[in-house]
Amino acid sequence: MISRRTVIAGGAGLMLAGCDRLNRSETFRNALRSAEGLTMRAQRLIVDRTAPAREYDEADMSPVFRVNGNARGHGPRYDQLVATGFSDWRLRVDGLVQRPLSLSLDQVRRLPRRSQITRHDCVEGWSAIGKWTGAPLSVLLDLAGLRGEARYLVFHCMDRFGPRPYYESIDLIDAYHPQTILAWGMNDGPLPVGHGAPLRLRVERQLGYKHAKFLERIEARATLAGLHGGRGGYWEDSNDYEWYAGI
Amino acid sequence: MAATAIDGREQDGAAATPQRVKRHALPTRIWHWINALTVLVMLMSGLMIFNAHPRLYWGHYGANADPAWLEIRSTANQGFLRIGSWQVETTGFLGHRVESDGRLNRRAFPGWMTIPSGYSLAAGRRWHFAFAWVLAIGLVLFVLTSLANRHARQLAPRLNELRPRHIWHEIAQHALLRFPTGLAALEYNALQKLSYFGVIFVLLPLLILSGLAMSPSMNAAWPWLVDMFAGRQSARSIHFICAWLMVAFVIVHLVMVVLAGPVNEVRSMITGWFRIPPERPREEQVDDPGLVPRANPEGGRP
Repeated sequence: MISRRTVIAGGAGLMLAGCDRLNRSETFRNALRSAEGLTMRAQRLIVDRTAPAREYDEADMSPVFRVNGNARGHGPRYDQLVATGFSDWRLRVDGLVQRPLSLSLDQVRRLPRRSQITRHDCVEGWSAIGKWTGAPLSVLLDLAGLRGEARYLVFHCMDRFGPRPYYESIDLIDAYHPQTILAWGMNDGPLPVGHGAPLRLRVERQLGYKHAKFLERIEARATLAGLHGGRGGYWEDSNDYEWYAGI
Repeated sequence: MAATAIDGREQDGAAATPQRVKRHALPTRIWHWINALTVLVMLMSGLMIFNAHPRLYWGHYGANADPAWLEIRSTANQGFLRIGSWQVETTGFLGHRVESDGRLNRRAFPGWMTIPSGYSLAAGRRWHFAFAWVLAIGLVLFVLTSLANRHARQLAPRLNELRPRHIWHEIAQHALLRFPTGLAALEYNALQKLSYFGVIFVLLPLLILSGLAMSPSMNAAWPWLVDMFAGRQSARSIHFICAWLMVAFVIVHLVMVVLAGPVNEVRSMITGWFRIPPERPREEQVDDPGLVPRANPEGGRP
């Protein structure tokens, strides 16, 4: 006779196997993915383009801000940059722009600046509150003169998990958001190596993996197709993370 | 009166006890089964997401250097669940176990409890956020329908049912497995009302709102939402606690279905038809309304 326990365990096992099989099916993954598209459109519908992320007081800051992702840029070239205080580092802004830029760290620091104490939310679930100081991305985009067909900004980084450097991308709604800055300072000091020195992106209404560290190039593009796996970011291409990380 | 159709005819409560009644309206039955599946998927994919960072905090921030009020952790040879200063070893279950294929798994919740069974935060999130739409839309439609067809009024506890003496009386009756029979079995008693009303109008909305409060984009749109929970990490903790309250509800619900007569109960939630447990008139009535003390394995409803 089949016991109730066997039936329950068997049922649970079948369901799990079923879920795993569904999860391997590209059709089913695409169905779930269309729900993510719905989530993004719904959030974009109710979130005003300029609605700010909460800014906190100094008293609210995390005593320790966790270093996550890569704690250092890749290879001896990055070591050399650290040793020389990033004096040879340049930020390139190119792609679909009228005036490609190549800026030194001092030049970036002399741009108009914004400081904000915000909460950093990791996709894993933890949060840390820190203070960031940097140049609004919109200032750089106006300097470079974004061309009409540009739709995305791709951030090319100096760190890497595998063979290729880290990269992330955002669209123009987040690019022109007033709190989207290229931070060279953190907690009233220079941006530490562990947090992406010399320059990192802050895109405050999205999760941590969008906040590309160790920047060296910003590329304006009309489409994300043709960029590595085509899904717009390292984690998106390698681990199937969502491009839109507002939830 | 809960039933609208009794043996196909309209009758009032004074009529002779009928054999069968149309117990659950179609919207209730559809929502029940969709929700049963959805809640299970939400729980299992949620445990996958928890596995990515198996620590919980209070307040706005919280990461590894901050004090966690709950954590599932592992050492080289053991797994532990810690809540506050209380800790229990969970080797073989939480935090440290050998999977059926012989591999050591040090994730917090075991593979048989998560969707997918192997670690994938991206897949767990995708399942969770897709089924979250089903959960939220289903709940809103069910609540609106229940208000329209007056089902919500059947579920709302009356003031006199909330007297401690009445509630205690019902707890005692439940503990003795004395469920109502006859037409009394068609009314929801106070414990049922508190459970169903609590789940539909408090627990499920809390789960959805605390989930939304963890979204950085929603925080920008509706700052009051995360303030309602006193911070994102508090919202995450409340989300986790509510999920386990939901599990507790489902366990009690299933136990009551089995005790009250699983065939009759499950049939009533599939076809709508509920067979009324027969009265035994020689037994005494109790003074509390809606309660008839007698042991009857077929009686009542969970």
